[in-house]
Amino acid sequence: MNDEPLLEMRNVGKDFDGNVVLKDISFTLRKGQILGLCGENGAGKSTLMNILFGMDVIRETGGYTGEVLIDGEKVEFKKPLDALYAGIGMVHQEFSLIPGFSVAENIMLNREPSKGNVISKIFGKHGKKLETVDMEQIRSTAESALSKMGVELEVESPVSEMPVGHKQFIEIAREISKIKTRLLILDEPTAVLTESEADILLQSMKKLSENGIAIIFISHRLREILEVCDKVLVMRDGLVVDEKDKEETNILEIARKMVGRNVESMEDFSNNKSKRQISDEVILSMKNFWVDMPGEAVRNVNLDVHKGEILGIAGLAGQGKLGIPNGLMGIYEAGGEVLYKGQPFSLNNTKYALEHGFAFVSEDRRGVGLLLDEPISWNILFNALQIKDLGIRSVLGGLFKFRDDKAMDKIARDYIEKLKIRCTGPGQKVRNLSGGNQQKICLSKAFCLDPEILLISEPTRGIDVGAKELVLEALRKYNSENGTTIVIVSSELEELRSISDRIAVTCEGEIFGVLPPQAKPEDFALLMSGEKMGEVSA
Amino acid sequence: MDLLKDKKQFLRNMSVPLLFIVIISVGIPLSKYTGVYLLREGLTRLVRNSFLVISLLIPVMAGMGINFAITLGAMAGQIGIIFSQDWGLTGVGGLFVAMALATPIAILLGAFAGHVLNKARGREMITSMILSFLISGFYQFFMLFFCGGVIKFHDPNLILSRGYGVISTVTLKAGRAFDDFIKFELWPGTGIYVPVFTIFLIFLACLFTVWFRKTKLGHDMSSVGQDQRVSNDAGMAVDHIRVQSIVISTVMACYGQIIYLQNIGTMNTTYGADQVSLFAAAALLVGGASVSRASLPNVFIGVLLFHMMFIVMPVAGKTLTGNAMIGEYFRSFISYGVVALALIMHSWARNRDLADSRKQMRKDNDDKSKELKAKVNA
Repeated sequence: MNDEPLLEMRNVGKDFDGNVVLKDISFTLRKGQILGLCGENGAGKSTLMNILFGMDVIRETGGYTGEVLIDGEKVEFKKPLDALYAGIGMVHQEFSLIPGFSVAENIMLNREPSKGNVISKIFGKHGKKLETVDMEQIRSTAESALSKMGVELEVESPVSEMPVGHKQFIEIAREISKIKTRLLILDEPTAVLTESEADILLQSMKKLSENGIAIIFISHRLREILEVCDKVLVMRDGLVVDEKDKEETNILEIARKMVGRNVESMEDFSNNKSKRQISDEVILSMKNFWVDMPGEAVRNVNLDVHKGEILGIAGLAGQGKLGIPNGLMGIYEAGGEVLYKGQPFSLNNTKYALEHGFAFVSEDRRGVGLLLDEPISWNILFNALQIKDLGIRSVLGGLFKFRDDKAMDKIARDYIEKLKIRCTGPGQKVRNLSGGNQQKICLSKAFCLDPEILLISEPTRGIDVGAKELVLEALRKYNSENGTTIVIVSSELEELRSISDRIAVTCEGEIFGVLPPQAKPEDFALLMSGEKMGEVSA
Repeated sequence: MDLLKDKKQFLRNMSVPLLFIVIISVGIPLSKYTGVYLLREGLTRLVRNSFLVISLLIPVMAGMGINFAITLGAMAGQIGIIFSQDWGLTGVGGLFVAMALATPIAILLGAFAGHVLNKARGREMITSMILSFLISGFYQFFMLFFCGGVIKFHDPNLILSRGYGVISTVTLKAGRAFDDFIKFELWPGTGIYVPVFTIFLIFLACLFTVWFRKTKLGHDMSSVGQDQRVSNDAGMAVDHIRVQSIVISTVMACYGQIIYLQNIGTMNTTYGADQVSLFAAAALLVGGASVSRASLPNVFIGVLLFHMMFIVMPVAGKTLTGNAMIGEYFRSFISYGVVALALIMHSWARNRDLADSRKQMRKDNDDKSKELKAKVNA
């Protein structure tokens, strides 16, 4: 093992239009080593892997700085195919399998060996595509790839009937059946697996590494990283903050390193929080609540929301935090038992939710939240027109209803002033506003409904720092003035800690724990990684 | 459990054929036709239509649904037949010349249709249908103004008395050439002749379809048909493969139309091709196929049931209502009805599959969480 390392990165950096996402990344990986890569969302893991795999997005945005060396030689992949030829295989998070094909056919997809036949020979050189696919050989190659992993699967059966775990194995088998594959990148391969399936996967990773295949393993489950990896790389804000051998580190340390930025600044927020009195009255109670939101599904939420509190929901991307508000509002299919003020709450019914005092500020501001080509006044009053008859002029005792433009204008001006929305007037098109001001329109739209429960997803996503504080301040004020219950979902833990009374953490589609905002950042990180530390109550 | 599911699945797939079997078994006694007559007619329809219906199979495999643009191939076939007859060719040779002449036209039209359908991803079926109306305009322009005008014809009998344009009904000199090439009478005296050569051609088409599925191209096509993104990621030229499937289908439809016309013996020059795709599609769907899954048995069951109904229903209708027109009315009503039904059933099945996979996901998730909890508690 004293020869050149299989992979070496030297001072790799990358920016998108001046926005630095990777800085000075250096590490080495030897033949047969397993490297664990951890970090929060946006830490730069995916960008790093995209560079290594030669994805188009890197080249299109101006390439990267630094060097990537394979076997001690500098390489620069122009496209994923180059990386494949160099022996790098990548298993992405979403499956790429053909449902009606058998396991073997999927493993050998588009690399099927074929035999000549009469007709293909007539066409000579051009008859390659008309050769008969050699099923026998496909089967044997697939079987040998699977056995290399130490997994037994029926290679003849179609993948559509297989459990998710098996599909993951098929994907990996496809990569290692490519003769040259020496380095395998696995991006969250265990996220879709049950615990026992994940164990089998970890076993086969070890087996592969014994066979000399190096692996880069990305996972949010720190326990798995420590179980299988030789080396752990922790990234935060585009930097490698820690590179250690497995023996020298532990879960707690990794968790701390993952989130551990300016811990001191946290303390001030939490102080004034403890003085707030939150009633014990439960306004909204979810039991076994599930939401089928693609990519953000939750399956088993048990959570009580108290009247008048600000409840934060934290969690890594894809762990279901966004599913909760979207499911309550009936935007994605949901089920389970939800009690609102002690009464059963009707799910999958957006109108019902709006009429019963729910308002929702969507994370998809430009898609769901706003009518971009309509004026500000229309946007602010859009829901209120339907639900509250606000800005409506009734004729003949409500037989006909007309839009009252004057009243709408007045209400819009009111909110423009209250929330300091920077614009030319209520008639300006929303498309021409900045992200922060658009978000304030979304808030006004929700406030207009005079909600009892306000659900907010990612309130500060995509808006600049100054506007962030204004948006949060507006929420705080609205909460204290009107006693409105606010459920706020955000990827930014700092933000949640600064505003919430309690913070629930989702992991793998469940509420993994509820913490007070004063709790230590690493406790949050542990919950997000699916580590339960006894019962935590707020 | 699995067996039960398979059985349910089978019944669901076979619900349309079963419906037709019921209709026909009610109609047969009402029509008072003899078994010999029904057998003769059934065999004729089977020979006449099967090839056209087989031409629909490959685009279904490539995930493009039912290719209503086989009408384009049929037009190419008709052009081939007209010119072959104009050159004074008759018999089997004349038909083969017609095929040879029509093939390049069909390839061109098929490639054109394929490229258009690639632009209209996800709406292939309706696009192919409208496309066939569009090309029908060009075809008629060609037949009614170019032929005899710009293109000189040798046979004045084919040209309208005004001096240009092909006459609307052409009696084919090569009529029944394939059918009569090799044939034998099934039972002497019954008049049931088995057209061995035509059946051989149909057999070749079946053989081709089966063989094609096993080639690399066919394998890729079925992969593209199931998931374009995955196939593209695996390095397949998805667009190109889709165009190829339409080209193959169009060329086969062109041969199919020539076989169809020689069996009938006359050709409606202007409108002869227009309804081809509708009846072929309806026959395939009656055979238990869906827009995403079709096989050779579907073709033969479908042709037999669909056309048997048209043999039986007019007379049955007359017996019941005293009006012979009722059968003709049924013909288009049932055809469009079957296509509409198949489309509705397809989207219904797709929604059900989605719901099933959601349920499965929740179940998987539950198992997952139970395991996780057990581990945490331990």
